Amino acid sequence: MSLAAFQWLTDPWAQSLGRRALLEVILLGVAGGTLGCWLVFYNLAYSAESLAHGLLPGLVGAALLGVPVLLGGAAGLLVGAVAVALAGRIEAIGRDTAVAIVVTALLGLGVLLALSPDTPAGLQGLLFGDVLGVSDTDLALAAGLVLVLLVALRLGHERLLVVGFDRLNAAALGVRPFAVDVALLVGLAAALLVAVQGLGNLLVVAVLIAPASAARLLTRRMAPMLAVSAVIAVLGGVGGIYLSYHAGTAAGASIAVVLVLAYLLMAAGALLGAERFRRRAPSRPGAVEPGGRL
Amino acid sequence: MSLCVTDLAVGYGGLPVLRDVCFTAGAGERVAVLGPNGGGKTTLFKALLGQLEPVAGSLDTGGRCAVVPQTERSRLDFPVSATDVAVMGAVSRMPWWRRPGRTERARARAALAQVGLAAEAERSFGDLSGGQRQRVLVARALVQDAPVMLLDEPFTGLDAQSADRLDALLTDMAAEGRTLLIATHDVEQSRRWDKVLCLNGRQVAFGAPRTTLTIPVLEATYGGAIIGLDCPDHGAERAILPAHHHHAH
Repeated sequence: MSLAAFQWLTDPWAQSLGRRALLEVILLGVAGGTLGCWLVFYNLAYSAESLAHGLLPGLVGAALLGVPVLLGGAAGLLVGAVAVALAGRIEAIGRDTAVAIVVTALLGLGVLLALSPDTPAGLQGLLFGDVLGVSDTDLALAAGLVLVLLVALRLGHERLLVVGFDRLNAAALGVRPFAVDVALLVGLAAALLVAVQGLGNLLVVAVLIAPASAARLLTRRMAPMLAVSAVIAVLGGVGGIYLSYHAGTAAGASIAVVLVLAYLLMAAGALLGAERFRRRAPSRPGAVEPGGRL
Repeated sequence: MSLCVTDLAVGYGGLPVLRDVCFTAGAGERVAVLGPNGGGKTTLFKALLGQLEPVAGSLDTGGRCAVVPQTERSRLDFPVSATDVAVMGAVSRMPWWRRPGRTERARARAALAQVGLAAEAERSFGDLSGGQRQRVLVARALVQDAPVMLLDEPFTGLDAQSADRLDALLTDMAAEGRTLLIATHDVEQSRRWDKVLCLNGRQVAFGAPRTTLTIPVLEATYGGAIIGLDCPDHGAERAILPAHHHHAH
């Protein structure tokens, strides 16, 4: 390897700033990649996106009041969840519409607050994240999240499978769907709160949904899917930092772009693979669909 | 008696959609649950599973009920193998902090072997045929090891060979001492089982198929929309039911 190439690879990690960012994206990648698989199979991608956007006023409010951003985010999540629940009870509008109204209202409120002259930090950090500015506390929180999440997902693996696979009969199989849903949503809320500072309010969903969607194309069992998704999320995070460092782009956005590109590549590969398979064995019924094994 | 239902009425908040249900079923009995769509078959199952509170009357299932749902309604895109699905039956008897391990997976594989799917154990559930999927769900109920087993139209959509295979399997399971309640549209098939329970918003009749499945009972069960045929070689009346759509209950 030439010296230039070696330097190209090592330069981003030369300073502690870069190394901390590396650690943060690895931790968030493991958390987002694993949790994301369950979110995708529980059809919670839209909820994840909504919750992420809904907590913006909380984040900005915390910045205005000078309280920890984590606290503000938690309060924002709570307000958002209650607002969605209340709006969902209005019979004239459906649940989807209720979520959309509440979330755009909260996002708008957040931006309004952020643009007020009193707000110390810029809107940009909250919207797009600042993975190069993570503190020791952020890293410790991310590590704690990964630890708790991995233990919980391992303990609850079969119960998550039961409810995801057969929600109607889960109770007859000894699993309460409501308890599993609440546990999953609490996990989602915790992941959003921890990841939002590094990846930003608008981009945090990428690390939850893109790697899981890509992993879904590569494997057909939940356990390997969790592992593959985590690996894709970590590699995408690292790749995003390289892109950001060498192309001078924003880190959070670069990570999101790399993750979505990874998904698009897998999807195209899966489509091509299915096409070739179909041409080779045209008589076989039920040939591999895009979601099939590559 | 492993299953005892007394003057049961159940509904979904309004008037009861099923009432006057009163029957008992012993260990090793196969009970056909007959009735039109919306006649209360699924409602009865929900009540037996504890998902619906009785409006009146009582029921005693002598412990847990296992359920075999319709395979048409199961998710085919879910990333699970046949063994993964069978293992799900073990979760009900474990505290929340424990997860199925080697013992439970071995039991799941034994159940799959019992339903004739040993070779398919590691295949994706969604890749199996309808008959194979139905048998995987039976294997899941076997792992659950409940004395009462509820099967919701298990023969729907199966070809003749798969249906024969499932029928033989039900006979084996009854011989092991389980009570089977089988919702079905096939009156002919139910004549070979031990009891029939005819529902149409209420209990129309219950008893041995020979004495229970009379033309008046079938007319009351299916709303008079049947054609009676005399079959000299059977020495009994046969009934042909009109084709009907299957829709969600």
